[in-house]
Amino acid sequence: MEHIELFFKSIFIDNMVFATFLGMCSYLAVSKKVTTAVGLGAAVIFVMAITVPLNWLLDTYLLKDGALAWLGPEYAEYDLSFLSFIMFIATIATMVQLVEIIVEKFSPSLYNSLGIFLPLIAVNCAILGGSLFMQSREIQSLGLAFNYGVSSGIGWFLAILAIASIREKIRYSNVPPALRGLGITFIVTGLMAIGFMSFGGMLTGGDEEEVPAETTVVISVEQQNDIANNTKVIE
Amino acid sequence: MGLLSKRDTKLITDPLADNNPITIQVLGICSALAITAELEASIVMSIAVLFVLGLGNVVISLMRNIIPSKIRIIVQLIVVATLVIIVDLVLKAFAYQLSKTLSVFVGLIITNCIIMGRFEAFALANGPWKSFLDGIGNSLGYAVILIIVGFFRELLGSGSLLGFPVLGDAIEKTGVYAYGYENNGFMLLAPMALITVGLIIWVQRNKSKALIED
Repeated sequence: MEHIELFFKSIFIDNMVFATFLGMCSYLAVSKKVTTAVGLGAAVIFVMAITVPLNWLLDTYLLKDGALAWLGPEYAEYDLSFLSFIMFIATIATMVQLVEIIVEKFSPSLYNSLGIFLPLIAVNCAILGGSLFMQSREIQSLGLAFNYGVSSGIGWFLAILAIASIREKIRYSNVPPALRGLGITFIVTGLMAIGFMSFGGMLTGGDEEEVPAETTVVISVEQQNDIANNTKVIE
Repeated sequence: MGLLSKRDTKLITDPLADNNPITIQVLGICSALAITAELEASIVMSIAVLFVLGLGNVVISLMRNIIPSKIRIIVQLIVVATLVIIVDLVLKAFAYQLSKTLSVFVGLIITNCIIMGRFEAFALANGPWKSFLDGIGNSLGYAVILIIVGFFRELLGSGSLLGFPVLGDAIEKTGVYAYGYENNGFMLLAPMALITVGLIIWVQRNKSKALIED
């Protein structure tokens, strides 16, 4: 259940592009054609699925406050989290290079379709953003971290696929000259983001009303006990 | 002008308008949009980028002859990451509340395309002084857009500037609110940042026709 919730939340509600504006640079630069957009989107899913769990391991066993406790009690007080930027970006950059080499060696056809995008990805804010959000939202387990990486990647993929399709069609429309190209893309993205905001109530809609009801019940039972106790004391 | 020759001045003034990093080169949009709901955050972000880009450009430019071109991206990322850690620690020490507002977006300066873009396009091919000016110019161009967007979003969204209520009090109905004006909460949400930048691009391209794409 936790997994399903995180999955849909990262794709629709906290969509990388529409809710947090991550990866906007490549989103705007590579969205002129659907085929290239699909290539880049797939590469983002792939890299995020690898780097987010990896950075989760780094964060949990190296960087967090007290994460070094497994080395021995004298290391338990170290807090290396100020190093997380440099560690995360180094992991991402090396992983991207490694993936590029491996893919080139074992699957030339995949390399031909993904290869040119891989260097672009090292500097894509969505990848680093995924790891940083993973850290700041305190994701609990390795499985959830993997889930978060994949689903955020899918969210980014959906966004770039949608804008690329719209841009292919918009070429036939009569856009005011000064808005052509970049300007209209910004405005269309804004409108898409408004659309995506309507997913906001998807997961929280039902639960929120029940929880306070339960707590009030608990409180009233306690109060009754208190009252009962008080009356006993008085008696 | 002994300090700045004519070409040096151009390095600073060009990115402010005709070669603006955000609206023309399409670089560094990620962070530009997310933190502009308040003017103060946009100003601090601009200063952070100014520091990182100015110094980073100098460092890269000094090292440009010894960096092997195959691993240059990793080297560049490490240089930026180090500078960003300095910014992050300074913010945490002196403006803790603000660093909470900016949250992960300070870290995302690392992958801000402006920085990598300027390293690749300028610092790897030019001397330190020119690169420094280029860095300053580009981050000022970035700052201009951020501040314009932040100004309008905070003014229209919460009726204040830098936290001071300039349009009067929304609850007690003073100032403009007495005439029935309401804060447009929509301006504070993510989509309006995109649309505001879109409108800035529209205005800018209307003014100089040479920038219009076909």
